[in-house]
Amino acid sequence: MIFPAVWRILPGPAWVRFLLVLLLIAAIVAALFQWVYPWFSVTFDIEEASVEAVP
Amino acid sequence: MSASVEVPTQPDAPPPDPRRRAPGIGTRLVSLVGELCIIAGAVVGLYVVWQLFYTDVVADREQAEVVEDLDWAYTGAITAGDVAEDDGPQVIPAELHLSPDTAPVMDEPGFAETFATFYVPRWGTDYIKPISQGVTRREVLDVLGIGHYPGTGMPGAYGNFAISAHRTTYGKPFNRIAELQEGDALVVQTEEAWYVYRVTEHLIVDPSQVEVIAPNPYDPGAAPDGHYITLTSCHPMYSAAERYIVHGELEYWAPTGNGVPAEILEEIPQP
Repeated sequence: MIFPAVWRILPGPAWVRFLLVLLLIAAIVAALFQWVYPWFSVTFDIEEASVEAVP
Repeated sequence: MSASVEVPTQPDAPPPDPRRRAPGIGTRLVSLVGELCIIAGAVVGLYVVWQLFYTDVVADREQAEVVEDLDWAYTGAITAGDVAEDDGPQVIPAELHLSPDTAPVMDEPGFAETFATFYVPRWGTDYIKPISQGVTRREVLDVLGIGHYPGTGMPGAYGNFAISAHRTTYGKPFNRIAELQEGDALVVQTEEAWYVYRVTEHLIVDPSQVEVIAPNPYDPGAAPDGHYITLTSCHPMYSAAERYIVHGELEYWAPTGNGVPAEILEEIPQP
């Protein structure tokens, strides 16, 4: 459903669409690495190294 | 004569193929759920890649740049074996091993400011990491590496110089903290001075046990009675359940500009 829809929406011949798909995936991964994962890791205290704030 | 009405078909349209008719709502729902599962799997898998590999790549680069930008930090030949015996880095002479009581103590710098470098021969003679002010993750620990607990002593202070860093990921400055043994050197350099600490003990505590960074870690609440250093990191590895703590005490200090402490040139066999 999602994947065929993306394929339909993208313009151009098959090889252009293929390149666009790669570009799209790269952009999504970059956004995840840059903003989403750091936010998640800090918000949910995945790896905390400090003892809690000095009282 | 038949009662049914023949549906007129367009002469050139192919007969409808029963296998190719539009999928029903059930089929569409199932394939949507399937696609969402694939996407979720990819996102979770990429998180692991990001946490275990990518954060190291970014943080290592950042921390190496920070050290290079400190024009006073010693980054020269750290391995004595790299250079000929006689023209190796000059070693601080014994008469400049000054008593902890006279150690200069700098003022606390601004938040996220890098004010010292850290050398640990047990972790390899090429180990050098910056120490910056603050222990928040986004601004200090995740980017700059080692953070100094605000409000605790500065290097050389009569009290407790407490620092924190990741044990895994983000450049993992304290990755091998569990290998430290009693008597190992922990060397801090600031713009003015070298401070050579010796490991005295390690402990594993709950994250809430902030007394480990008290001015007197052996008797929290009492007045300071020595020049201590405290390293904190997560324990067990890849977890935030507990904290690994290493305590040390200042052995001597020396002004910069007279060579480097012999300790940081000491080659300890690496595992």
